[in-house]
Amino acid sequence: MAIDGPDLTRQSAATLADAISSGEVSAEEVTRAHLDRIDSVDGAVHAFLHVDRDAALATARAVDAKRSSGAALGPLAGVPIAVKDVLTMAGLPTTCGSRVLEGWRPPYDSTVVERLRAADMVILGKTNMDEFAMGSSTEHSAYGPTRNPWDLERIPGGSGGGSAAALAAFEAPLAIGTDTGGSIRQPAAVTGTVGVKPTYGGVSRYGLVALASSLDQAGPCARSVGDSALLHATIAGHDPRDSTSIDAPVPDVVAAAALGDVRGMRIGLVRELSGEGYQSGVQQLFQRAVEILTNLGADVVEVGCPNFEYALAAYYLILPSEASSNLARFDGMRYGLRVGDDGQASVEDVMSLTREQGFGAEVKRRIMLGTYALSSGYYDAYYGQAQKVRTLIARDFANAFEKVDVLVSPTAPTTAFKIGEKVDDPIAMYLNDIATIPVNLAGNCAMSLPIGLALEDGLPVGLQIMAPALADDRLYRVGSALEQALVDAWGHLLIEEVPSL
Amino acid sequence: MPDISRDDVAHLARLARLRLGEDELTHYADQLSAIVEAVARVSEVAAADVPPTSHPIPVVNVVRADEIRPGLAREAVAAMAPAWEDDRFRVPRILGEE
Repeated sequence: MAIDGPDLTRQSAATLADAISSGEVSAEEVTRAHLDRIDSVDGAVHAFLHVDRDAALATARAVDAKRSSGAALGPLAGVPIAVKDVLTMAGLPTTCGSRVLEGWRPPYDSTVVERLRAADMVILGKTNMDEFAMGSSTEHSAYGPTRNPWDLERIPGGSGGGSAAALAAFEAPLAIGTDTGGSIRQPAAVTGTVGVKPTYGGVSRYGLVALASSLDQAGPCARSVGDSALLHATIAGHDPRDSTSIDAPVPDVVAAAALGDVRGMRIGLVRELSGEGYQSGVQQLFQRAVEILTNLGADVVEVGCPNFEYALAAYYLILPSEASSNLARFDGMRYGLRVGDDGQASVEDVMSLTREQGFGAEVKRRIMLGTYALSSGYYDAYYGQAQKVRTLIARDFANAFEKVDVLVSPTAPTTAFKIGEKVDDPIAMYLNDIATIPVNLAGNCAMSLPIGLALEDGLPVGLQIMAPALADDRLYRVGSALEQALVDAWGHLLIEEVPSL
Repeated sequence: MPDISRDDVAHLARLARLRLGEDELTHYADQLSAIVEAVARVSEVAAADVPPTSHPIPVVNVVRADEIRPGLAREAVAAMAPAWEDDRFRVPRILGEE
């Protein structure tokens, strides 16, 4: 693939990799173009919390030297990438969007970062997020919100709004996100980009600062299905440092994306993820996408998943319970913020002051909610019952996947809302994840890809594809077929319609 | 399902080592009550004989190879400590007034 047009930041990751490998451009030129773009637009978008210009350029020059020496380059060598600030990376701060970790420089790389480095990718910096990944709008970042490049007054989704906005603003061709209840897929949906939550255990959690350990999963963010597959293949695979990592071959997602054929596939529409609460433009575009899949030769049927109705409630018991335990480590003793240590105050006082000043409102809400759900007298009624509902949701998926190969739904019930609209209304905020949460509870995999702009507001809408555990390749097969049909109709990817900043 | 009172919030905050201001207690009491009311829906599901799921993809007996690996460098850890003294983490006194 040759470079198309003068602007290196508008190219796909695959095109950039080919051009770097063939010598059409240098990795340094590509990196400089993206750093310049960050300089010119990130003041308005605020996708990044930290940018490491010198390290990025040094890596790029090393890739160019490697190429000159005649060494073979990997499929994404020299391609710039942005990493969500919840994954540790030596040399840059990791803050998780929180004051409690302001300035903390982890002494080690997460496995995801290690694999990006091993693939000779150029890490530009770390992206903004809701504090400890708690949120659906990136407004809960202690460092200020990220803005949606489609409309700077609106949210870019969350918690990985920084990664999604960096793609939509052409600041990076690829990004890493993490998805605990939709934090890769919902930002993808509202920014007109692609995001994949791999099967739980498909990508190592080593070095991923834990929100809810049984739900968290890192995954690829991209502007196209094919680019996402290349990144997925780069970061996935067994890691002995994560005891929940799956010791099995990674499904061939790159081949599946290249195939892009749904003929004969059985696709299920989830009855419970439609209707009331879904914006009309979201429903219209979803129905049109389903018609396209039917025309492409898929066998589309409606499927019931009756317990999905309870997924949001179960999630908001399980997640806070795990989070209240995981976040106990931020006690001001070994790393991070310490407040009030005046030589008189006790350790308890210092911890309480540190956590008061270090955590934002949403984090405090969820810690207290989790503490409540786990307390004696309430444990069985709340946490215990939520774990049973989790079993029923997994059974709904298992039953559905006996009838169909994949399930589809809208990714999010609405398009991007205005900044400030829901920031102090937790329940309204939680409803953004109503369609994405079931997959996290069951541990299987899902993708969001853009299917058009809603008629009423001109903002992007995403379609979610859900597949069984370890069948991540099906997401790419269906996603690629649908994306190609839409590109044929529009003449370009949806992201090409994003307003220039 | 019970409402969450100001006293309950104060108790939860104490358990979670979170100091809260007086004005925050009422705000969180209202919000947590609304959230608990919403999530209490899980009790509508008849699930007495359903086993709980703690982990989505069960794996058992995961052990790593019994090989010596280097740990983190002491200086790197010390550099990020809020207080470091005599080659150790310095912490506030661990006994309170009571």
